[in-house]
Amino acid sequence: MEKLGLISHLGRYAMLLNRTFSKPEKLSVYMRQIFREIDSLGIGSLGLIAIISIFMGGVITIQSAYNFTSPFIPLYAVGLGTRESIILEFSPTIVSLIMAGKVGSNIASEIGTMRISEQIDALEIMGVNSAAYLIMPKIIGSVFIFPFLIIISMFLGILGGYVMGVATGACSSYEYIFGIQSFFVPFNIAYALTKTVIFAFIITSVSSYHGYYTHGGALEVGKASTKSVVYNSIIILITNLVVTKLMLVH
Amino acid sequence: MIEIKNINKTFGDRQIIFDVSFTFLPGKCNLVIGESGSGKTTIMKMMVGLVTPETGEILYDGADFLSMTLREKQELRKSIGMLFQGGALFDSQTLEENVIFPLDMFTDMSKEEKLERANFCLKRVNLENKNKLFPSELSGGMKKRAALARSLSINPKYLFCDEPNSGLDPRTSIVIDELIKEVTEEFNITTMVVTHDMNSVIGIGHNILYLYKGKKWWEGTNKQVLRTDNKELLDFVYASEFLRELRPK
Repeated sequence: MEKLGLISHLGRYAMLLNRTFSKPEKLSVYMRQIFREIDSLGIGSLGLIAIISIFMGGVITIQSAYNFTSPFIPLYAVGLGTRESIILEFSPTIVSLIMAGKVGSNIASEIGTMRISEQIDALEIMGVNSAAYLIMPKIIGSVFIFPFLIIISMFLGILGGYVMGVATGACSSYEYIFGIQSFFVPFNIAYALTKTVIFAFIITSVSSYHGYYTHGGALEVGKASTKSVVYNSIIILITNLVVTKLMLVH
Repeated sequence: MIEIKNINKTFGDRQIIFDVSFTFLPGKCNLVIGESGSGKTTIMKMMVGLVTPETGEILYDGADFLSMTLREKQELRKSIGMLFQGGALFDSQTLEENVIFPLDMFTDMSKEEKLERANFCLKRVNLENKNKLFPSELSGGMKKRAALARSLSINPKYLFCDEPNSGLDPRTSIVIDELIKEVTEEFNITTMVVTHDMNSVIGIGHNILYLYKGKKWWEGTNKQVLRTDNKELLDFVYASEFLRELRPK
């Protein structure tokens, strides 16, 4: 990628998004691509998300129990703490960071390889808007499927916490279930899903940007892939802070 | 017919193309030849809109390509086929899907009609029964033929070929050249071939533009190229000692 200043990158990113969301040549082809992307980006990541969520839920439960040593803190707080940690932060943010690594690098290298092997030029010469054809289905697909993945992650994280909490004796089954049912604020789910949608957009658009403007050869594709993960992670963390301030702090 | 008039192109402070004009004729293989770095591929990229010239005109049957809007260019490009050096087939699609792709995008043909057209194009380039193979399963020559089939699927009026026989053995090169020549004549396509392969020049060079250091240095036919008295062109044509010995006196 050429050496550009921050403003130039932002300008070029905005122009790419403008091209990406222009009128599709043929809606049916784009719809088919969207379903392919939902399958590839979303369903293909389900296994990884399930494993991470179950184990992280277990670890959060054990750590909560380990820290709640005061006799004044009831043991149901373990379930409550696990639920809040998973819903507010682990599932939407940490899982999105993991997805930035898995999906983001995949998108950047896929589009970058298409660029250096002239496949994007071939699309352009055919009269296809390559940005729209390649990027729009990825963005729409991920914005649609990521919230479902995060809800599954929340469920599995809390389930993993239950299994580990009961298995290790950190808390009883009754205390854990009582904890996860206590003081539930439905708005927290809305907050988590709002973050997820924003992160999904960032992951796919930033990675696509890095892939789309790759120049050179295999080395540059690798660099684009690494850069996309680094920039995605930084942007996700900053956005997380901003969205949290806007939605949770009054 | 495609005309380029007084085209100039500069990259940074280095001028690559100097005031080049040429007419690419329909139904003929129009070759742009020259040494590496002479600006052949740049001219082709300008003609399809991947690079924009500083000055000059590019006319597709009289329509000024450079003053067209993006939508108008996209519309024109539906009648352009291009054969890239590496084929540029879509890796994630089978040959059949690659050939059907432009039909999917730009036509309302039924699934059966598209399949029939894909089979016709693949058969035309001698790749029948290879429909379900992926590009990674093909040899270099097969990739080029598949890319040619994809270009032909939309019945192009204009065909651009960027070094179509680079990296191929002489026999396969001739097969590709012959295919390009046949489809050009059969479908009355305005074909532009960028090459520095002398077999192509002699075999299919109906109308040749020779570029030397970004300038139009010579134009003529394959019959004239061997008897030219242009020094730089002679050095290019008879580059090897073997060919110099065969040179007609």
